[in-house]
Amino acid sequence: MTMLQGFRIALHALRLNPLRSFLTMLGIVIGVASIVTVFAIGAGAQLRLQEQIRSIGANVLMIMPGAVYQGGVRLKDGSKLTMTESDVQAILEQIPEIQAAAGSIAGTAQVIHEGKNWNTTINGTTTGHFMVRDWQLSSGRYFSNAEEAAAGKVVILGSTVARELFAPGDDPIGAQIRIMKVPLEVVGVLDRKDPAQDDVAFVPLTTAKLRFLGSASNINRDSVAYIIAKVAADGQMAGARSEIESLLRQRHRVPAGQDDDFKVQDPAAAMEAQQGAIRTVALLLVAIASVSLLVGGISIMNVMIVSVTERTREIGIRRALGGRMRDIRLQFLCEALVLCLLGGAIGVLSGVTLSMTVARMAGWITSIDSEAIALALAFSIATGLIFGFYPAHKASKLSPIEALKTE
Amino acid sequence: MTATLPLISLRSVGRTYRTDGIAVTAVRNVTFDVDQGEILAVMGPSGSGKSTLMNMIGLLDLPSEGAIYLEGTNVADLSEDRRSTLRARSIGFVFQSYNLLARHNAIENVALPLVYCGVGHKERLGRAEQSLEAVGMLHRAHHFPRQLSGGEQQRVAIARALIASPLIILADEPTGALDSRTGAEILALFAALNQRGQTVVMITHDPRIAMQCRRTIRLHDGELVSDETIAPLLPRRSIGS
Ligand SMILES: Nc1ncnc2c1ncn2[C@@H]1O[C@H](COP(=O)(O)OP(=O)(O)O)[C@@H](O)[C@H]1O
Ligand SMILES: [Mg+2]
Repeated sequence: MTMLQGFRIALHALRLNPLRSFLTMLGIVIGVASIVTVFAIGAGAQLRLQEQIRSIGANVLMIMPGAVYQGGVRLKDGSKLTMTESDVQAILEQIPEIQAAAGSIAGTAQVIHEGKNWNTTINGTTTGHFMVRDWQLSSGRYFSNAEEAAAGKVVILGSTVARELFAPGDDPIGAQIRIMKVPLEVVGVLDRKDPAQDDVAFVPLTTAKLRFLGSASNINRDSVAYIIAKVAADGQMAGARSEIESLLRQRHRVPAGQDDDFKVQDPAAAMEAQQGAIRTVALLLVAIASVSLLVGGISIMNVMIVSVTERTREIGIRRALGGRMRDIRLQFLCEALVLCLLGGAIGVLSGVTLSMTVARMAGWITSIDSEAIALALAFSIATGLIFGFYPAHKASKLSPIEALKTE
Repeated sequence: MTATLPLISLRSVGRTYRTDGIAVTAVRNVTFDVDQGEILAVMGPSGSGKSTLMNMIGLLDLPSEGAIYLEGTNVADLSEDRRSTLRARSIGFVFQSYNLLARHNAIENVALPLVYCGVGHKERLGRAEQSLEAVGMLHRAHHFPRQLSGGEQQRVAIARALIASPLIILADEPTGALDSRTGAEILALFAALNQRGQTVVMITHDPRIAMQCRRTIRLHDGELVSDETIAPLLPRRSIGS
């Protein structure tokens, strides 16, 4: 008897009792569906994080305001702008590993172009910002030195803002837009990075300070909200970080033993740590789903044992008509395999449907991976073989004469 | 010598069952030959060892004493798998209770032995049709056993026994569950098959049936008590009409 004949006999037997067959494979269906869904959601979350890491740029350090003491009382981190443009200058000049650095201040405002307006993040910075983040232009140019020095009325748009303010055929370069009543000329549009990053409009740091912040008293003219810096090579991250820390402690005259008034962060590393956490949770969920697969396997074994008992006479007849022991074993093994494969296939379909539904309803990114599907199906085949073997072996060992005597 | 080799030879065949230390001898010291083309009735009261003997001739069981030769080969020398394959190709069983698979229709039941002969699906169905035709059951090919009368089920079972063109048909009380008229029809079918050269060994405890076979072997308490060949009384009728 060939494998194909085995499958044909198995399908025939299972079709005769569709409800029982379905209930038997339910455990496998649930197990496989859970594995596929968990994989899809986990892989989606990883993808989204990788996207974010990429959009930050490679080898980027971020320096934020830290602890602030006022009259011996420690204030909330970041409650005062402690970094300055001269810090940026010092970092660039004194730390050789740093390739580029830029200070930024940011806020939100309406941007208006003709009839359209859009609320977005306004980031005042220098051209160095785009170097740090490896952020290319899709059209136009970066700020000129003159514009940076003299608070030029120019703006570079993130792709989302450009899309919201301009019709598809319209070239934004050279157009006038207004931010807080100030007319600005669009000189550049940035490449797309990531939906969270692209909703922004950049103006020169000087422009932001002079034209938007005005003479707000609590802001030092030299202050920046944060600094980003690009380290030349991956292996120099830790070294560059500690050099920045000692440089800034010295510049800010932080007394020994007191907390820094700044924090140096490695956003990519933080996100990678998050990625690891996602992986751990996903693995845990897969382990739980595997238990369902195990229970499914046991249920298949149970039903197969009952089925062998019920069909003892059939086994006797098949043996008398020339079925070898291995033919009987193959027949029942095929039955278990078909149950598992069918259950696996239904599970994959439900898992894909479920993760697509989750993606639509919760707005999560999911990614259906052919490897995960192959893995789930391999699991179901293994389950079929492992839990089908004992009943099939039992069936093949029946004495044909005794089997023919049963009712 | 090879020209006159019997199809089946039993030499001092015995079969003893041992259960919980108690030995039951079902067959003892039985010796006879079956030649190609014979039709043979095996008679004896219930429990005399007829079925045990048939199981051994049909390679479902092995003698505990003596030897059985199938075309000169001692069947005890064959592997379990080889005996199974020989059952598929060379033995056709017909049982008292038909033993059709309830969940398969007539034609699928008839084709079943060919699955174990390695014959492909298409050819199986074609040959099953021929076989059903030979027993006059082609019009019932797609009926399930429960939709058929006892006599019809037995005809389907005979078609199944015939399908691989076996060396021998072994029938264990094939008319035992049928009324006498239907039983006579089944018997006539065997007779017609035998007239075409099919070797048949038929177990029965009905003397009227045995009388229609040329040769009768009688068992009593597992022993062969007589082996008689008489003049043919078979009705000269063709099958299926
Ligand atoms: N598997 C077995 N175990 C023990 N005794 C058996 C077994 N099969 C048959 N017998 C015994 O062997 C004897 C012959 O049985 P059987 O061949 O079935 O007789 P028959 O077919 O002539 O009625 C009976 O006494 C029966 O009880
Ligand atoms: Mg009997």
